[in-house]
Amino acid sequence: MSYFIFTIFDIVLVLSMVWIAWHLLGTEDIFKAVVLFISFGLLMALAWVRMRAPDVALAEAALGAGLTGPLFLSALRRMNRTRKGERRLDSDETR
Amino acid sequence: MITTLIYSLTGLILFGMGFFTLIIHSHPLRKILAVNVMSTGVFLILVATAYIPLGEGEIDPVPHAMVLTGIVVSVSVTALALILACRIQETSNSSLPGKRQQGEVPEESIR
Amino acid sequence: MSRTGKDHKQLDGFQRMLLLLVICMVMLLGYIIWSTPGNKPVLTDAVAQMQEQSGVESPVTAVLLNFRGYDTLLEVMVLLLAVIGTWSLTEAFFPEQVSEISPVQMGVVRLLAPVMCLVAAYLVWQGSHLAGGAFQGGAIFGAAGVLMLVTELPGLRTIPVPPLRLGLVLGPLLFTGIALFCLFITGDLLGYPEGAGGWLILLIETGCAVSIGLTLASLFAGGRPDNEFQGKNSPVSRTVSGDRS
Repeated sequence: MSYFIFTIFDIVLVLSMVWIAWHLLGTEDIFKAVVLFISFGLLMALAWVRMRAPDVALAEAALGAGLTGPLFLSALRRMNRTRKGERRLDSDETR
Repeated sequence: MITTLIYSLTGLILFGMGFFTLIIHSHPLRKILAVNVMSTGVFLILVATAYIPLGEGEIDPVPHAMVLTGIVVSVSVTALALILACRIQETSNSSLPGKRQQGEVPEESIR
Repeated sequence: MSRTGKDHKQLDGFQRMLLLLVICMVMLLGYIIWSTPGNKPVLTDAVAQMQEQSGVESPVTAVLLNFRGYDTLLEVMVLLLAVIGTWSLTEAFFPEQVSEISPVQMGVVRLLAPVMCLVAAYLVWQGSHLAGGAFQGGAIFGAAGVLMLVTELPGLRTIPVPPLRLGLVLGPLLFTGIALFCLFITGDLLGYPEGAGGWLILLIETGCAVSIGLTLASLFAGGRPDNEFQGKNSPVSRTVSGDRS
């Protein structure tokens, strides 16, 4: 019985992961894609726990979801700033 | 056995989706996201292969250590790639190539 | 409609062919996974036999820092290389005008940052017998740094560079030093002497966690600290250079 419940949990988790991955790769809005990527990382952490890999789950929750997302967001902000013409003055370019 | 199969095939599907997106999209952020999804798929296959149900023995820790290494390296690679993408955009005069043909939303609605 | 999956949008002929090829590849790989025999050769027993000699109780930590320590050494080097690459590409990105930090945000940082550092230290210590270790602890430590960077604390802009650099290379240097030390003592690179494995691993983990945390925070800051090239107090010289542009 518990085996059956676990299999159902697996299928639901897997389907939601694929669904989120589909949307994050297909959506036109990159900001939305990044937010979906963060939630994708959290679901992955759940999958690692299910795979009996708590070490990997901890690393994924902290790195995959917690740090990669902000990295993408800051890069997005930086790119948008550049596109609006607020070109940053670099020390390399001044010389 | 069935659990291993489910998660392995999911990893494979994620890998395929990421690979296809990596090829057809031209925005660098989208490409980096796709590479991340691909690497997640590979990690999933690797860990799923080592999975043994609870009560049927200990888990092989070697793939876990390898995946742990892989996650940390993929984060640092992502960071470097993002900085490179930003620098490419800052130093090139025109906006990113292929932006319009992919139908990217204009910059106001991105952020 | 933002719901444009890959297939909802019009693909031209070339992209259709690519899709077909990717599907073929995925199906081929799926067949390989399907036909892989169930009882795979595993290293569980080999690890379990050597577990007592490794000095730690957690098998993953034992593999990571003892049996395959060379991997981890090179991984720490990869992290260092990523920071070097980032620093050589561009300067850290700070907004031009310093805005007032809201008291709520400040309170959250004051409350959370020390707790995060504590959790990081706990995770490193816990790594010897349970799930946890240098990477998880370092990631939490780095997240504390990211939190402070997001809040744009004014002190971060003028952070002294030499201690930062020292912190960045602390882990790799410690790791390499212990590896060479072991080479002299036991004749093997990273072959820890009998009985000292636990302490050496904890020492390496602590150093690496500090380095990994600083590395991740530096990667998030996205470039070298800018007071390094401008000599003195950076906000002043920054506004001057900002005016020139």
